[in-house]
Amino acid sequence: MTASGRGAEADAVLRLSGISKRFGAVVANDAISLELGRGEILALLGENGAGKSTLVSILFGHYVADAGTIEAFGKPLPPGDPAAALAVGIGMVHQHFTLADNLTVQDNVVLGTEPLWAPASRRAAARAKLVATAERFGLAVDPDARVATLSVGERQRVEILKALYRDARVLILDEPTSVLTPQEAAALFSTLARLCADGLSIIFISHKLTEVLRVSDRIAVLRAGKLVATLDAATAQSSELAEQMVGRAVRKPVARDHRRGDTVCAVSRVRVDAGSGALHDVTLALRAGEIVGIAGVSGNGQQALADVLCGLRAPDAGTVTLAGHAMRADPRAWIDAGVARIPEDRHAVGVIGDFAVWENAVAERYRRPFSSAGIVRRTAARKYARTLVDRFDVRGGGIDTPARALSGGNVQKLILGRALTGGFAQGDDFTPVLIVANQPTWGLDIGAVAYVHQRLLDASARGAAVLLISDDLDEILAIADRIAVMHGGRLSRARPAGEWTRAAIGLAMTGAEVAADAA
Amino acid sequence: MRLEARTRRSRAALLLAPFAAIAFTLAVTMALVAWAGSPIGETYALLFAGGFGSRFAWTETLTRATPLVFTGLSVAIAFRARLWNIGAEGQLYAGALAAVAVGGLHGGTGFDLPAGVLFPAMLGASVLAGAILLLVPTFLRTRFGVDEVVTTLLLNFIVLLAVSMLLDGPMKDPAALGWPQSVALRDDLQLDKLVPRTRVHTGLVYAIVAAAILAFVVRATTLGFEMRAVGANARAAAFAGVPVARTMALVAVISGGLAGLAGAIEVAGRTGYVTLDMSPGYGYSGIVIAMLAGLSPLGVVAAAVFIAGVLVGADSMSRGVAVPTYIADVIVAVSLVSMLVATLFVRYRVRLR
Repeated sequence: MTASGRGAEADAVLRLSGISKRFGAVVANDAISLELGRGEILALLGENGAGKSTLVSILFGHYVADAGTIEAFGKPLPPGDPAAALAVGIGMVHQHFTLADNLTVQDNVVLGTEPLWAPASRRAAARAKLVATAERFGLAVDPDARVATLSVGERQRVEILKALYRDARVLILDEPTSVLTPQEAAALFSTLARLCADGLSIIFISHKLTEVLRVSDRIAVLRAGKLVATLDAATAQSSELAEQMVGRAVRKPVARDHRRGDTVCAVSRVRVDAGSGALHDVTLALRAGEIVGIAGVSGNGQQALADVLCGLRAPDAGTVTLAGHAMRADPRAWIDAGVARIPEDRHAVGVIGDFAVWENAVAERYRRPFSSAGIVRRTAARKYARTLVDRFDVRGGGIDTPARALSGGNVQKLILGRALTGGFAQGDDFTPVLIVANQPTWGLDIGAVAYVHQRLLDASARGAAVLLISDDLDEILAIADRIAVMHGGRLSRARPAGEWTRAAIGLAMTGAEVAADAA
Repeated sequence: MRLEARTRRSRAALLLAPFAAIAFTLAVTMALVAWAGSPIGETYALLFAGGFGSRFAWTETLTRATPLVFTGLSVAIAFRARLWNIGAEGQLYAGALAAVAVGGLHGGTGFDLPAGVLFPAMLGASVLAGAILLLVPTFLRTRFGVDEVVTTLLLNFIVLLAVSMLLDGPMKDPAALGWPQSVALRDDLQLDKLVPRTRVHTGLVYAIVAAAILAFVVRATTLGFEMRAVGANARAAAFAGVPVARTMALVAVISGGLAGLAGAIEVAGRTGYVTLDMSPGYGYSGIVIAMLAGLSPLGVVAAAVFIAGVLVGADSMSRGVAVPTYIADVIVAVSLVSMLVATLFVRYRVRLR
């Protein structure tokens, strides 16, 4: 992106040498050495758990490295001291924002920069500096707006402003695009370019190949705590990056000819009153053998829709029918009707962490078929779990391992297996009527993502209706037959994937198209 | 210094935790014994001889352990489902009162029913009384999110005051020379002695059977699966189709019922009537016992016997050396704190810097 990134060694603002960090038996960082040049955007690419967050936490002083040193602007950085990191000009924008909703932009930015015993806040001076900083880098936000009223993209700008206000010269961004629409992401990328042109250095953490290739000068690939490659973004290939990230070649899911069946599940004018996550007048028909993707920035009502279709919540108005029958809000009724459900938060909702794998495998069907006369049929349940672990390749322990000890990908395979086999050891006997998958690949490595997609495609080829809720547009474009966009609790009409362009979806994610549709 | 979650928890450490906690507790209380000016070795020797050193000591310990098994089970089952029942003490008194109401001699005569009918009715009434006392806070919790720690704890005082009122009023025994004690239980409803010429009664058998049944329920039944699931992760349990509110209500019935049963068994097996001091905090000791047992029903039996031994032993020890019996309360209380810390160490490791 910038030419100045080339001379990294000559003009390093940060120099990490031999950073190692262990958590118990897990080696989170293994002798990582990296340099960040002035005016350079360095991407840290890696799957979840590869050690990206640990590395920047050490850099920012949240953790102390077991071994290794950090040099910032030529001077050693004392370990474990966030204040020192701030003082030398390292700023961090977390994935989950750390803003006080009830304060204004200015108060949020100034918060923590003034001594507590000062008689009065020097508001005028602070405001002047804030406005100047915002103007210089093209970060337009109203200093007097309350943060609660801001969009996600604007909040991110406030976070960046906060770091710049503290005179950051090195900016660390942790998965900054995960909550943004494509348009907001594009705006962020141009902001980053301006920052670099001004001489700031940026560490950009991501697991998305395309944006890493687009935005960075150099790419450092982490895998299992090790730095496996440092590549020049100008010449790097995305397939090569993917292999470095995963450590093996990745097979893309195979799309199939799709044929539509009858409507399996009909959502009609459903309203859910739940404050910010509410649904307004949502209508949607899901047909057998078809994957419908719901795009949208998360937090726009997707959770409420998923809750309704998982039997967790009754709509406040409107009807939901499954195979022509009106459904109650009772998870068990939905499970028994053949609905496979994949929840968004797989660790907190999908599995019971303290339960063994086999108990989680039967958690949805512990009454039927895995018990009789109130006694759990332990042998049958364990046998089923064993075949499930085999068929769905759940690794990281046997059926007696607590689910808590499994990695995210393996937890997801367990949930997928449980949902897709319906309690039958020979899974081909069972095809779910409907699959409700809410962010099914969030945080998974590329290999596991391909696996999940393939399973969803296979199930839909066998006649299951699939609802895929995702804020990853690439995922939806890759496997959905029809796409609808959710914004502010309203759902656009679901149109065939071929009729959408990426830009049109992005626009709809900001509400423009949805409003036009509703009118 | 910081705490770091262990990636894998060792089963051995989990089993060792209560023993480590008890060892630590005894080490701490040594300081108190020394402060009281008594020889540490002799004091502990007397304490354990008083609790476990003779046939008589054992019978006394087992007598004391009987209500403790029930309250321990009551707390263990509730805590399993993360229903923080701190009200076993009040439920015990409610159960005891209900037992006397059904099986007592009111104005010299009881209900004109054969013992074979009245005995189960008496136990049923005590279970019901305890269950209702816990169902109300449980409902408030599942329906309105009211913290049951507060409600169950405070209900203890309400129940105790109500008992006090009844013992001085409608349920007062006219033959008790003005003492605030309830009417007596019918003779044929009193439990038989397990060992002749001692105080151990068949209530101990009921307690052990209850523990065995509960162990089976927790481990092997769908209800046990539901209880453990709700306790381990209520959101995930609800997602998987476990009826969370109904499970909580059932747990409340079982937990409150067991505490109520503790009261009925204590009346039928030992006292014969209700007084305001019939329980020296059995309900609260149940919390300690449940924690020491790691919430395992069979572990509760062992922990209850240990705690009962300490309580009984302290009585006889205080007659030998100049250490007050309150040392037993200190041991019980400190062992709870030690056990909580020991459990913490099983789950986390301490890292310096």
